[in-house]
Amino acid sequence: MSAGAVIVGAGEAGVGAAFALRAAGYAGPVTLIGGEAELPYERPPLSKDVLGGGALKPIRAEADYAAAGITLLRGRTVRRVRREAREIAFEDGGGLGYDRLLLATGAAPRRLQVPGAEAGPVHTLRDAADAFALRAAIEPGMRVAIIGGGLIGLEVAAAARGRGAAVTVLEAGPRLLGRGVPAELAAILAVAHRSNGVRLCTSCSLAEIVWRDGVADLRSADGSGTLADLVVAAIGVAPRTELAAAAGLAVDNGIAVDAELRTSDAAILAAGDCCSFPHPLFGGRRLRLESWQNAQELGQLAALNLTGGRQAVSHVPWMWSDQYALGLQVAGLPAAGAATVARHHGGDRLTLFHLGADGRLVGASGLGPGNSVARDIAIARRLIGARAAPDAAYLADPSASLKALLSLLPAAAG
Amino acid sequence: MANWTRACGVEDIDLEDVGRFDHAGRVFAIYRAPDGQFYATDGICTHEHAILSDGLVMDHLIECPKHMGRFDYRSGAARGAPVCVALRTYPVRVEGDDVLIDLG
Repeated sequence: MSAGAVIVGAGEAGVGAAFALRAAGYAGPVTLIGGEAELPYERPPLSKDVLGGGALKPIRAEADYAAAGITLLRGRTVRRVRREAREIAFEDGGGLGYDRLLLATGAAPRRLQVPGAEAGPVHTLRDAADAFALRAAIEPGMRVAIIGGGLIGLEVAAAARGRGAAVTVLEAGPRLLGRGVPAELAAILAVAHRSNGVRLCTSCSLAEIVWRDGVADLRSADGSGTLADLVVAAIGVAPRTELAAAAGLAVDNGIAVDAELRTSDAAILAAGDCCSFPHPLFGGRRLRLESWQNAQELGQLAALNLTGGRQAVSHVPWMWSDQYALGLQVAGLPAAGAATVARHHGGDRLTLFHLGADGRLVGASGLGPGNSVARDIAIARRLIGARAAPDAAYLADPSASLKALLSLLPAAAG
Repeated sequence: MANWTRACGVEDIDLEDVGRFDHAGRVFAIYRAPDGQFYATDGICTHEHAILSDGLVMDHLIECPKHMGRFDYRSGAARGAPVCVALRTYPVRVEGDDVLIDLG
């Protein structure tokens, strides 16, 4: 009997891969190892519903694992990968052989590096325990300071306002959401946060935290200070590459894999937030993406390629955020665009199309009430995947049917 | 017991598109397939609260606007992660210019 498939990491990528292995007809043992005690859960609600009081949302029901013949080991940490013996060793002793291994180890929140950051409680938000701790700590009227004006920081800000806290966001960059969201949309979100009572401080570089009687004094480089009863660091995540690096696998801003998700050891693949991969759709540019969709897509692809498939990455990156009544969606790589075309739908709904220097659509982003931009972005995703180069004036005209552009594509772009 | 209720007019929904119908506190989605046939399902995704009529119809699939889960709206069957629970469907008939659904 084969030693089977072992998956390290029971987040969206790992769980998806385990079930996809079965869907692909893999008959050997499948073992899925997660470091947390909870049944594997969806991460996006942690910074939204769960902070607001909602329950965790399991990725699959507990009975599904047994029904699919997947051995789920919870609360177990893998200490080492012994490639020469094709086995993994657990932190708490024992080991497990594999003939194919998937690393889906995710990412860990970056820690504040300023003086005083370790001298008091600084919350981060990545897993369920973090979300529960933060939820329990936020009280009405409390002063909450959030370091970092990225997606997680802003979602925490909205949730903390929802719980009646007085919220300040300190962002070191000149604007919110500097990494993946176009400035036009970030500006609209900034207005929404301000009108909901959040104090936003951009170009505000934290220099030091001084703690006094449980109150944090956050000193900025420009000399200004902010007092807070609760501090949250939302300054991004770093890929968890320790296992891979210790096993001698190549690491390049994440576990380095090829377009088929193989690491420098062909028996080992990686998927999700932990890996960087060359994306054929963007000239083979090496990407590392931190999104629910990316984790899902790479998990599925890894399962196919673990069972003899030879498929390359092809998904169009996509992510969303919900803040107050607004829904944000981003597809492709807006930052890879050379020109931006705006489609103004009226009201507070706006879709942006990002065209490369060669006229190809490389990204789209939209912001509006609820899911009002979802359809534009769903269509744009297909156009990006088909390498379409739609006419800019057509894209800008809200009365021109976007969907009609799909019928012009050479093949059905499902 | 059949309980036929007018959901919309035939011309209210384009070919290969979807519309929303609210009735008695419930939300339904009415589809007009590329061949002109009408279908109806529950209007909220089975995965998380999202109004399906904000989504995109491609052929016989509706893609949820929130997380891109897909359903075949003729049968309600789930057709792609993250959805795994089928949508409930409802019988539909066209009378003159009206689209009626049987709420049972």
